[in-house]
Amino acid sequence: MARHTLSVLVEDVPGVLTRVASLFARRAFNIHSLAVGPTENKGISRITVVVDAEGDLLEQVTKQLNKLINVIKIVELTPEASVQRDHILVKVRADAATRLQVTQAADLFRASVVDVSTDSLIIEATGNADKINALLAVLEPFGIREIVQAGTLAVGRGSKSMSDRALRSVSA
Amino acid sequence: MSNGTPVSPGLAAKPANRSKDAAVSSVVEAPSLVLGPNNIIAPTEMLGSHAIVRSLEELGVKDVFGLPGGAIMPTYDALMDSTKINHVLVRHEQGAGHAAQGYAMVTGEVGVCIATSGPGATNLVTAIADAHMDSVPMVAITGQVHSAFIGSDAFQEADIVGITMPITKHSFLVTKAADIPRMLASAFHIASTGRPGPVLVDITKDAQQSMMEFSWPPKIDLPGYKTVVRGHNKQVREAAKLIAASSRPVFYVGGGVIKAHAAAELKEIAELVGAPVVTTLQARGAFPDSHELHVGMPGMHGSVSAVTALQQSDLLITLGARFDDRVTGVLHTFAPNAKVIHADIDPAEISKNRTADIPIVGSVKEIIPELAEACRARFAESGTPDLTAWWSTIGRLRETYPIGFTPTNDGLSAPQNVIQRIGELTGPEAVYVAGVGQHQMWAAQFIKYERPHAWLNSGGLGTMGYSVPAAMGAKVGNPDRVVWAIDGDGCFQMTNQELATCVINKIPIKVAIINNSSLGMVRQWQTLFYDSRYSNTDLNTGHGTARVPDFVKLADAYGCVGLRCERDEDIDATIQQALAINDRPVVIDFVVSRDSMVWPMVPTGVSNDLIQIARGMTPEWEEED
Repeated sequence: MARHTLSVLVEDVPGVLTRVASLFARRAFNIHSLAVGPTENKGISRITVVVDAEGDLLEQVTKQLNKLINVIKIVELTPEASVQRDHILVKVRADAATRLQVTQAADLFRASVVDVSTDSLIIEATGNADKINALLAVLEPFGIREIVQAGTLAVGRGSKSMSDRALRSVSA
Repeated sequence: MSNGTPVSPGLAAKPANRSKDAAVSSVVEAPSLVLGPNNIIAPTEMLGSHAIVRSLEELGVKDVFGLPGGAIMPTYDALMDSTKINHVLVRHEQGAGHAAQGYAMVTGEVGVCIATSGPGATNLVTAIADAHMDSVPMVAITGQVHSAFIGSDAFQEADIVGITMPITKHSFLVTKAADIPRMLASAFHIASTGRPGPVLVDITKDAQQSMMEFSWPPKIDLPGYKTVVRGHNKQVREAAKLIAASSRPVFYVGGGVIKAHAAAELKEIAELVGAPVVTTLQARGAFPDSHELHVGMPGMHGSVSAVTALQQSDLLITLGARFDDRVTGVLHTFAPNAKVIHADIDPAEISKNRTADIPIVGSVKEIIPELAEACRARFAESGTPDLTAWWSTIGRLRETYPIGFTPTNDGLSAPQNVIQRIGELTGPEAVYVAGVGQHQMWAAQFIKYERPHAWLNSGGLGTMGYSVPAAMGAKVGNPDRVVWAIDGDGCFQMTNQELATCVINKIPIKVAIINNSSLGMVRQWQTLFYDSRYSNTDLNTGHGTARVPDFVKLADAYGCVGLRCERDEDIDATIQQALAINDRPVVIDFVVSRDSMVWPMVPTGVSNDLIQIARGMTPEWEEED
């Protein structure tokens, strides 16, 4: 099944995330990642959903999403035409003997060390999914204690803004 | 609408039409989104509860169905003073929900039901789900516990917004009195526009008890809610092109045509094209049964002519229908050689089950006249399609395999005959409301429907118990029409408490219990597919049983007229007797054979080509020339 990234503009009202998330569940879609936050427009939030789905099923779920009253606009962001970033915090085992190797590995991935203790490090990294997976593979042998990952963030390339047209047609 | 003079071929797109292609102009832009007369009311201080009642009055609501309880009591106190709103006190909240549905189905207006928090609200769930499946415009108002108690498992607390999220078109939780007018107006707007559906408005007790400033009309702000009503011109022209080129077209008509009040438009285009028309279970009456172009109801229990017309068609002109599994049978074998024009107001229905060759999003009320005009233009250019061969096939099937039934072997009446006589003696101006099961299918098959809004049933959800309360709501909405509840002995026992409501409120419905002493449709399947092992389908209400309950005594206890009919020779007289009583409800216990089955039938899991006209009997197909 192909992976798709959807950006969904929604009204920032109580329950909207539940409505969106439960729709995916109801239509038997597996949400791979989910990120939600405010936008440049007050009262409008943006949900980035990464789902595994075949093309025609994705079209159906997009139509169903569009039926939700609080959903204003949906676009699919393809990897080529968008910037997509994952954000991760990893707690890795690292003592005096291995600390240097771990920090060097982090450097190679332009990741930063954000916490140090006698036997561990916390590394923060940002990048696309491939980069994050590669970093994790390198860190694995040292012993990964915890991984915390945020939902993928995605934005279309170029000067166009997703909310421009959506909100203009609303006020028109 | 643009059903003016036929345009010349070269001018297929008139200037007036061209502007409709613009994206913005296809969005509904009514002067006001608020239902009702939009009276201007200057800010006035009042309680939230009074604002609820006042908002309903301003929205034009005349009748509501409900039952009070703790969390909705402030609203009921305010309701007591309303001179504009007639409140019908039901005996169970599910009854209020179905009554609101019945009311909405016959009037085309938004049905309203009211319940308290917790169990009151959860009792509405079945009716809300039913309204969602059958696209019935309905607003359910529920009381909710004090906003400070939400989430504390307070007495009679239920997260009804959460519970109904998958079965409502939308829902509102109102915690501030000031939001009441706007949210109610929004709820009515959403329920009644686009594809209609149920909207829940859950209002906390403190919102009802707080002071607020009421003014009217409120401003509806729904940036994510846009309804396209006009069909895309180019698509409409493409559709006309396909129609002109087809040799076996069929109008596949669904309930959307009734919801859109587009029966007259449908008749016009059907006569223009001359193609066979099939009306689905939800569309019975959208096109007159007596019309020569009508070939029946399609689907699992459809007529041979209707099922075959779809199967052998080369073009389905689909209007407000949704390719439900009960119509299509095994999907990939459905109408295998047909191209599909699919017009529906809900874009999500298009290509959901069957991929459309020509999708047209919009209201069939707007689309059909434009399609008719495009067809006229096209026919003027390339000629009207010759459907003679097609009609000889379909006409032969219609004549050879009409809907019929066989006499019973046990000396009891045939249920089909009872239902057919009710229809014949009452006529097409009445309203017929079925429950769910065999009697529902027979009522769809054997009553002749000549007008829309005359046939109500629970099609999508298949809710047993729909009939009596929905008939009650229909009678409130259409007090001058005869309203028959055609019910089963199983269904009737689920919601017959509303007979009390009917008696007390003088709502004289007529209930025909088609009493075969069993859960008949399940029993039919047990006969056909479970080796006649009748697991838990015997209800002991009929001939030669303990007769629990005795429906005549039950009717009598409720203050209805109770009649029993056990012989064929008494059927007409009993119906006539019921028709003559108009001061209170009548309940007739029609004791019928339990062995009668619904035919034709397409068994589940097979193609519609394998339709059976009786057990093990398939029609004889004629080889095509």
